[in-house]
Parts: sequence; C-alpha cells; structure tokens
Amino acid sequence: MTTRSIGMRLVYALALPVLIIAVWWVATLNETNPFVPKPGQIVSDFFGSWFGPLLVQQVLPSLYRLGVGLISAIVVGVVLGVVVGSSRVARKLTGPLFEFIRAVPPPVLLPVLLLVIGIDDRSKIFLIFLGCLWPILLNTIDGVRGVDQVLADTTRTYGVTGWQKLRRFVLPASLPRIMTGIRLALPIAIILMVVSEMYAAIDGLGYQIMLFKQIFQIGPMWAGIVIIGLIGIVLAWIFRVIERRVLAWYFGQREVETSER
Amino acid sequence: MATITAPADAATRPQTRTPFSQSKLSTPVLGALGIVGFILVWELASRFSLVNPTYLPPFTEVFATVIEVVAGEQYRAQFWTALGNTMLGWSVGLVIALVAGVVCGVIIGSNRWVREFTHSTIEFLRPIPSVGLIPIAVVIFGVRPAATIAIVVWACFWVILIHVVYGVTDVDPVADSTARSYGLGYLARARYVVWPTVLPYLMTGVRLSGTIALVVAVTIEIVVQAPGIGQMIAQYQSAGNAPVVYALALLAGVLGLVINLALRRLEEAVLGWHPSVRAEVIS
Repeated sequence: MTTRSIGMRLVYALALPVLIIAVWWVATLNETNPFVPKPGQIVSDFFGSWFGPLLVQQVLPSLYRLGVGLISAIVVGVVLGVVVGSSRVARKLTGPLFEFIRAVPPPVLLPVLLLVIGIDDRSKIFLIFLGCLWPILLNTIDGVRGVDQVLADTTRTYGVTGWQKLRRFVLPASLPRIMTGIRLALPIAIILMVVSEMYAAIDGLGYQIMLFKQIFQIGPMWAGIVIIGLIGIVLAWIFRVIERRVLAWYFGQREVETSER
Repeated sequence: MATITAPADAATRPQTRTPFSQSKLSTPVLGALGIVGFILVWELASRFSLVNPTYLPPFTEVFATVIEVVAGEQYRAQFWTALGNTMLGWSVGLVIALVAGVVCGVIIGSNRWVREFTHSTIEFLRPIPSVGLIPIAVVIFGVRPAATIAIVVWACFWVILIHVVYGVTDVDPVADSTARSYGLGYLARARYVVWPTVLPYLMTGVRLSGTIALVVAVTIEIVVQAPGIGQMIAQYQSAGNAPVVYALALLAGVLGLVINLALRRLEEAVLGWHPSVRAEVIS
C-alpha cells in the first residue's frame, strides 16, 4: 500500500469516474430528448447560467442559513448536552421526551414552523437548527455520560471542579461523540436547507432549482443539483479536516489500542 | 426508648443511602414527569396566549384532533390511505436498497482491487444529498409513488452499501484461512464465515436506513405533493387548519418511534447470538 507511487494511486482514483463520464458522453451523443442531460451541457450550463450574479443572489443566502442554523445547533446542543448529561435526574427527566422528539421526521416541522414563524429567513434557520440539534444533543449526552470513571474520580480527588473540569476533562472526553453527532447533523442540515427553499421561499438554491424545473430549463436544473452535491462534498471534506485536527489524540490512541490486540 | 428508636433507625437507613434518582422506580417516574411538564408548558403557553393560539393550539385540542384523525369520520379514510402510501414508498424503497446494497457491497468488499477502483466514486456520490435529486425524480417518474421510491432507494443504498463493505472487509483472515484449509467451498465460506461477520454491520445499516427512509419519504411528499402523510400535512397547512397539522406531526413522530423500536427488536432478534447483544442482556 505504502510502496505504491502517487501516480498509481491517482490512476486508481480517477479510472472509474473517467470511465463513467466517457460512457455517459458517448451514450447521450445523439440523444435529442431534452430531459436527458449531457455532461458537456451540464458543465456549460454550470458556468453559463449559475456562475455570476445567480451565485451571489441564490447560493449565498442558502449557505448563510445553513451556517447560522448549523453553528447555533452545535453551540446549543453541546451546552445543553453537557448540562443534561452531567445530571442523572435531568437525564431521566428528558429521556423519553427526547426519544419521541427525535423520532419526528424534521421536515414535518416545516409546515408547523411556517404557521408559527412565517416564510422569512428565521423559519428556515430555525428548521435547520431544530433538525441538527437532536443528533448533536443526544450524542453529547451519551458522551458526557460515558466518560472514563477512573478519570472522573481522579479529577474529583485532585479537586478539579467548575470551568477547569469542563475545559480539561468533560469536553475532551466527550469530544469523539460530539463529533459523531455533528457528522450525523451535516446531511440533515443540507436536506433541510434545500427542502425549506423548495417548499416556500423567495430565494435560495432550492428555490432556483425548482424554478428552472418549472420553466423546463433542464440543463441549468441539473447544474443546480451538481452545486448541491458539491456543497455536500465540500462540507464533508471540511468536517474531516477539522475532525482529524481536534481528534488527533483520539485516533492515535485507538490505533495503539487496536495494534496491541 | 432506645429499643423503640433503634429498629426505626435501621429501617430508614437503607432508604437514605440510595437517593431516589438512583432507584429503579425513578426512570419511568421521572420520564413521565418530563413528558407531563412538556405538555403542561405547551398547554399553558397556548391558553395564556404567550404564543398565538391560532398557530399553536393547546395540547388538549391537538390531542382530541389526533383521536379524530385516527378514528373520526371526517379524516379517517384520508389518513389511513396517506399512511398506506407513505409506508408503501418506505418499504419498497428500503427493500430495493437493501438487495442492491448487499449485492454491490459483497462484490466490492470481497475484492481489494475492485474496492480501490470504486473508492473515489463512492466517496464522491455518497455525500450528494438525496433531496437534490427530487426534481430529477419528478421529471423522470412524475408525481407518483415511483418518484418517492427512487429517492428512498438512493438515500438508503449508500448507507447499506458502506456498512456491507466495512463488514466484508472486517472478516477475520485467520477464520477465512481456517475455513479454506478445511476445504470449505466459496458458498460455504460465504455462509459460515462472511455472513456472520457482515450481519451486525448490515443490521446497523438497516436500522439507520429505516429512519432515513421515513424522513426522505415524508420530505418528498411535502415538497412535490406526492401522495402520503407529508402531502396531507402540507394540504392542511395551506388550509390554515393548525390542529390537524400538529396532530399529523405528532402521529408522524409516533410512526418514527414505532419504526425505530421495530427495527431495534429485529436487530436484537437477528443478532441474539452476537457478543455485543449478549453483553447488553447480562449488564
């Protein structure tokens, strides 16, 4: 694995995608059906109709809602999770309630929130926030509950309490589970962002794609879907870089543990 | 005096030693208390107009509507038809994704060359959000259950595929070599070596997919008005009938809970022999 050159690895990584696009290209060469997309046309539509003012007008508002909703869900989820997770009573009080709320499919809340808040930015941000809160909150609770008991006793013996305990012990110990919760929340955030815009909006990526669909601009519609895909991939990539950084100690520790076995 | 106080003291001592929050009874009691508290806040917020009662009807009213939706003359037929449509898209989509995911997963996982060859493509396609494909599915299949099924399949296929590939890769090489040297054929090795290793991974994938499939199915129904629970919710929202909207949202939660519990039961039943499940029973 390590002896193989970078060139070989590049060939492995690119062979199948190139093959798929080539087959797609050839198969649609003489296609006249406007609903069947062609790879060349998607690329030209991507730069032709999306690049420029549309990117600022429609994609930026979407990303703004995504960012605000996701970050507020992380902050509230972690804070609430630490509070609930450190108290046995609070955990038991909220257990069945959270179990039920988590089971409600988040898009169901969309019509409800539109009733309560209205169709502007706030209802969309709040929907993303609510959808992402549960995986982060529940994972944080589990993480805080599952801290190493010996370490917990040690910190108590050494009189580490309050902020110091939270900063040096509770947060690092539950970080792997918190990151798991955030990883689960990422696709939910994108889904809710797009759905809320498709359902009721005056701007945004989802709105624009539905508009292209309704006026039978199939090429730009496909290009818009590619943009959603790219956002998903970029977000997953950013997350992996951050995870590698903040959990470097954890991955290292696990490697040692598994190699000992 | 002392002889009277002594036994009373002994009787109270064990009670003071274990606080209520650690007793066995506390889990259901506190849990119920939490739910009652939530309902109370909802009821009072609406009754005292902290939130506009037109938009957030009191819990008692919503609960009455829930019963009416499930059993009453006015909504009953529509609700059960919608539920049937949602469950149809959910189950058919899940089964197709399951079969395709297992077949592709075993093929990809059992060969190192194929695995490296497909890795980049899978990693590229997997994060593409399923909802992005809604317009495509509608263009290809129209507003019919087929559109719902197609997107449910897409959303669940990757989850199951990844878990099966991990499972197949995780097969113990020693066990595999042992089976080989005892002369087990390809099918026998698949049955007795690969299958038991893959099964826990597969069941995790199925459990995750069950929830994802429900979310995706309801989403499509809300957005493109495909027949189902989501469509019914969207319809009553635009009609301004708030109690029915909340009742349906609650019922969707119950549905999610039932699916969750059923799949967890299934996992326990199928994996009863597995150490992870057995350890849970002991502790």
